[in-house]
Amino acid sequence: MSTELDSTDPVPGRADAKISFRDVVRTFPMKGGEFTALDRVSLDVGEREFVTVVGPSGCGKSTLLNLAAGLVEPTSGEVLVDGRRVAGPGPERGVIFQQYALFPWLTVRGNVEFGLKLTSLAADERRRRAEQAIDLVGLSDFADALPKTLSGGMKQRCAIARAYAVDPEVLLMDEPFGALDALTRVQLQDQLLDTWSRRKRTVVFITHDVDEAVYLARRVVVMAARPGRIHRIIDVDLPYPRTEELRLSPEFARIRNEVWHSVYHQTPAGSAA
Amino acid sequence: MAVITAPDKTPTTSTPRRTRRGVPTLLLNLIALVVGVAAWALVASAQLADVPGPLSVSSRALDLIEDGTLAQDALASLRRVFLGFALGTLLAVPVGFLMGWYPLARGLLEPYVQFFRTIPPLAIIPLAIVLMGIGETPKVFVIFLAAFLSCVVAAFQGVVGVDSTLINAARVLGAPDRVIFLKVVIPAATPFLLVGMRIGLGSAWATVVAAELIAADKGLGYEMTHAQTYYDIPTIFVGLITIGVIGLVMDRLLLLAERRLTGWQERR
Repeated sequence: MSTELDSTDPVPGRADAKISFRDVVRTFPMKGGEFTALDRVSLDVGEREFVTVVGPSGCGKSTLLNLAAGLVEPTSGEVLVDGRRVAGPGPERGVIFQQYALFPWLTVRGNVEFGLKLTSLAADERRRRAEQAIDLVGLSDFADALPKTLSGGMKQRCAIARAYAVDPEVLLMDEPFGALDALTRVQLQDQLLDTWSRRKRTVVFITHDVDEAVYLARRVVVMAARPGRIHRIIDVDLPYPRTEELRLSPEFARIRNEVWHSVYHQTPAGSAA
Repeated sequence: MAVITAPDKTPTTSTPRRTRRGVPTLLLNLIALVVGVAAWALVASAQLADVPGPLSVSSRALDLIEDGTLAQDALASLRRVFLGFALGTLLAVPVGFLMGWYPLARGLLEPYVQFFRTIPPLAIIPLAIVLMGIGETPKVFVIFLAAFLSCVVAAFQGVVGVDSTLINAARVLGAPDRVIFLKVVIPAATPFLLVGMRIGLGSAWATVVAAELIAADKGLGYEMTHAQTYYDIPTIFVGLITIGVIGLVMDRLLLLAERRLTGWQERR
């Protein structure tokens, strides 16, 4: 069921790996020394795989995501996407932020078209693609609305449409539903899975919600803090599409308990390996 | 006189603002105006000082409007303000954005901006007159300086304050620096910039009148100094009220532009 991670694994990542972290270390300077956000992290994410990452605050989950996004560079080790070293951000890797990060002066359509305007697409094709992405997240009736008139859930759906519009191969989501109420969160989880099932992409999804982590993923990566590292990787042997029935099933509860236990009852750093 | 209260209506709402008990704000403004003028009339009629009443001031205003002096003076002052303000803003926007975007530009320029900001533009007038003569140039220059200094700081703060997640959101969509600057930083900084422009226009207007008090052959400030030598108090009152009304109208126009341009902001 679970795989103990061998961080010194000399074998290169799996052949089908879309994203590979190889012995990634990332430190940040701080008063009186250095803070190790990530300590020798190795992880492979398969093509079209949905992986969630959970862990206590300060375990470096956001840093992991920013490394894949190209917003942060590793201190040592390497981050590969499609076998190529990540050098800066790029449109083939879409990022969805917790704070939505919509451009408030643009309408929903304007936001979704932002990335498309950076491509060489013709105007009508651009419009069609934007329309499609807006439709995908169910915001068609609000295409001309400004973000300030949208609810939190709608804002995040708009951000998802913006990321999907440029048709990225990888979606990196940094606690995207963290600021939403529990009901909206459950709805958006189902919508996200629905969107994902129709347009399968490799997804790395950061969360601090154990239920969310298990419900969405095929594999849950549990991280530990000080220094940030991968504690365990837990497979979720539940079929897609995931349903409410599944969410309430004993199998779900069992995996959820396992993840919960490994998040909240971690053995200290020294004895983990 | 109703001109003063009219622009006070919030342009975003079609119905007049109401206080808690339901009296329209506009009505309250009118009442305040009437009470104010009545109090003024009372003070004037008490003869405590040589204060002219509202009647003699408005008849003087009518005289000055009829013979064209008021319009000519107001236009002369406005011309100086707009010229100085336009030049100041035009320079402030690129300089402020440059300072906000490039740490190098910031390091080189900020000491000067901060230093000159502490000198009231009016204090530059004696120097400006000595160096540039008593023509239009020193006045426009001083106004330019006043507008530039308020505006440059606002533009700079606007760029520095742009939410970094917005910049990251554009970067991960593949936007190069040029696009980020044009499509993210400039729109995000616009609200700050417009506030800076309002402050700049206010200080430009205050500066022009003072500059004309010192040396000019026409303009509202000149007319008032001129009236002072003839002990013509009603004319001084007309000048003061005109300055106030024009200043208020300009401020409200910019506020209107600000609301239109930055209506996308979430107001808390």
